Amino acid sequence: MATIFKKTPVLTDTIMHYCPGCGHGIVHRLVAEVIDELGIADRAIGVVPVGCAVFGYKYFNIDVMEAAHGRAPAVATGIKRVHPDSIVFTYQGDGDLASIGAAEIVHAAHRGEKITTIFINNAIYGMTGGQMAPTTLVGQKTTTSPYGRDKDHCGSPIRVAEMLATINGAAYIERTAVNSTANIIKTKRAIKNAFAAQMERKGFSLVEVLSNCPTNWGMSAVESMEWLEQNMIPYYPLGVKKEV
Amino acid sequence: MLEQNIFAGFGGQGVLLMGKLLAEAGMFEGREVTWLPSYGPEMRGGTANCSVVISDEPVASPIVTRATTVVAMNEPSLDKFESCVLPGGKLFINSSIIGKKATRTDIDVYYVPCNEIADELGNSKVINLVMLGAYIAKTKCVEFESVLDALLETLGERKAHLIPLNREALNKGAASIE
Amino acid sequence: MAKKLMKGCEAVAEAAIQAGCRFFFGYPITPQNDIPEYMSARLPKVGGCFLQAESEVAAINMVYGASGSGARVMTSSSSPGVSLKMEGISYLAAAELPCVIVNMMRGGPGLGSIQASQGDYFQTTKGGGHGDYHVIALAPSSVQEAIDLMQDAFDLADVYRTPVMMLADGIIGQMMEPVEFHPAESKRVLPEKTWAAKGWDAASGRPRAIINSLYIETEELQELNDRLQARYDAIKANETRCELYNCDNAEIILTAYGTISRICKSAIALAAQEGIKVGLVRPITIWPFPTQEVHDVICAPNVKAALNVEVSAGQMLEDVRLAVNGEKTVEFLGRPGSFVPTAEDILNRIKEMRRA
Repeated sequence: MATIFKKTPVLTDTIMHYCPGCGHGIVHRLVAEVIDELGIADRAIGVVPVGCAVFGYKYFNIDVMEAAHGRAPAVATGIKRVHPDSIVFTYQGDGDLASIGAAEIVHAAHRGEKITTIFINNAIYGMTGGQMAPTTLVGQKTTTSPYGRDKDHCGSPIRVAEMLATINGAAYIERTAVNSTANIIKTKRAIKNAFAAQMERKGFSLVEVLSNCPTNWGMSAVESMEWLEQNMIPYYPLGVKKEV
Repeated sequence: MLEQNIFAGFGGQGVLLMGKLLAEAGMFEGREVTWLPSYGPEMRGGTANCSVVISDEPVASPIVTRATTVVAMNEPSLDKFESCVLPGGKLFINSSIIGKKATRTDIDVYYVPCNEIADELGNSKVINLVMLGAYIAKTKCVEFESVLDALLETLGERKAHLIPLNREALNKGAASIE
Repeated sequence: MAKKLMKGCEAVAEAAIQAGCRFFFGYPITPQNDIPEYMSARLPKVGGCFLQAESEVAAINMVYGASGSGARVMTSSSSPGVSLKMEGISYLAAAELPCVIVNMMRGGPGLGSIQASQGDYFQTTKGGGHGDYHVIALAPSSVQEAIDLMQDAFDLADVYRTPVMMLADGIIGQMMEPVEFHPAESKRVLPEKTWAAKGWDAASGRPRAIINSLYIETEELQELNDRLQARYDAIKANETRCELYNCDNAEIILTAYGTISRICKSAIALAAQEGIKVGLVRPITIWPFPTQEVHDVICAPNVKAALNVEVSAGQMLEDVRLAVNGEKTVEFLGRPGSFVPTAEDILNRIKEMRRA
């Protein structure tokens, strides 16, 4: 019998807790497949965040550490300094990375820390119930911006990939999306490039993945993909922001 | 032996080094010692100072508030610490820049013209060693050579040529109060 | 080996290196900067890694990553910086990760002063961070003792899989004393760190390393807490340390830790000159607190009362009073901030107590 689909061994058999239609599951699989394809599963160490991906240690079939909120890049730094030959990545959401962990991600990039960050930008806090994130779009309604985000009150959304691309220590920065098959394929390629940059010890690498949150956006999965396409991509342009 | 000293002066007069050399010399001679730099409210008021304790027994408090000896390298230090000398204790005054006299009559007071002597030696930096020479001449708590051994540790072999100058400074300081 | 005159901060750093610490993550703050400075010079020479973090928050989380990777690792700071580390320390305790943290206490609250203080006793011994955890807390009173405790601190951390804190006042950090380093020969049986993350080979037979403090199921969290509490009981039973000084037939007992205990010894000598017999109980571990020893010494029939001396508003005082449990009067001498009492202050108070 022909094998039509084979789950990557870098994911465990544990059933994921993510909501139906959520992009996290897709990105988990892409990261795991890349680790498998690069043949680095036995030296990969993941650091998972506080946020929806907090249970990442149950899903990635490798050594994993669970970090305090926003601190994954610091934890990853400690790991990489002890095991310089390991391949270390953090997997973080927008509240974790762009808000409470802004200092840690900036300085991991600034040191040129040889780690890879997978950054899920879905413009909202998922795990805590749909509050406003630094990446929430102007006008977007959340549980803490019930009248829509007002830029005069709390600023405009932060573009993490562009910001980090200005830092010398960053070796590879790309923004992608998982709203279509084509974009998913591009995301996988970006993740592979980011890991490759680490393997070649070029410096810090990050892939910002625009993803959806149907539950907290109050949409169906299909509607959320369309919303992402129409609202997020124009504000957060896709593409390679830095490559050395 | 229990010598509880306060060395005080302006920053830059080598006050902390003076104390450290004494402590290290004491250690070389097998004593128990502590050296504690200005650490407390007393570091305000324009003085740098350190407490140095030299003892035959393990040192209890490293903080000197009642001193067997006070060394004052400038006037604010004299004003601040004269009252700390225990009755029967010693007070050394750098008379080159301190115009006034001590007011206490229940202690031994020594006036050492540190800056003039250092200038005669052609190096104004050695005022601290001049004063240390006078201090040791009266307290006899360590040997000059132990101080010079300690100084060599600080200077390193590369600056070993400065040892004769500093030996001279110790001698002149001692001679100045005989 | 010849003795060497060394500053407390540098001695602590060297002792850590000799104890096998090869990783240091820290952030500058007075009065402990000599520790990171020393580490930055020495660690690269012994194949280790010093990294100046962007904040104390990042530093303690780098410690988390390095410890979870199986390394001997430490950080140091002073009071305000240690407050920032508290989140990370709670996570380290929950993830059962060994590490050593040095706090060279300065005056508080807030930015406070850079002078010596003992205002962080509560923070250190009563948690500091969130949740039911403890750290083993060692309180040296001399530079030599700081060295000796430092060498055991890493072993304690490894044996009990817990953060260990050295709580010293700024005086210990800045003071120079003659010291010697003994070859670090562990008397303890150190468990292999089979739990550490280093990259997982499925064929190796070891389970996947998961370094984690999230136990979302009530039963699982209960299990963690039961395990931690059992460990804390073992630490209390096996690792409590204190010094009893001059306690036989004493009529007044002083209680103090750190440098202040030495000022108490000076006061005891002054009191002896006046024919007053005073003793001292000095906790070396402030957690676990030597409750039994403090009780037994103070509640002895010859003792009239006790006096607890601290540079704080009276923090260890509470543990002393709990130990004595009302059987004797425990008075307090001390001020919050950075005013260090003198031996004369203590003697005067002792005389007042005798008159009362």
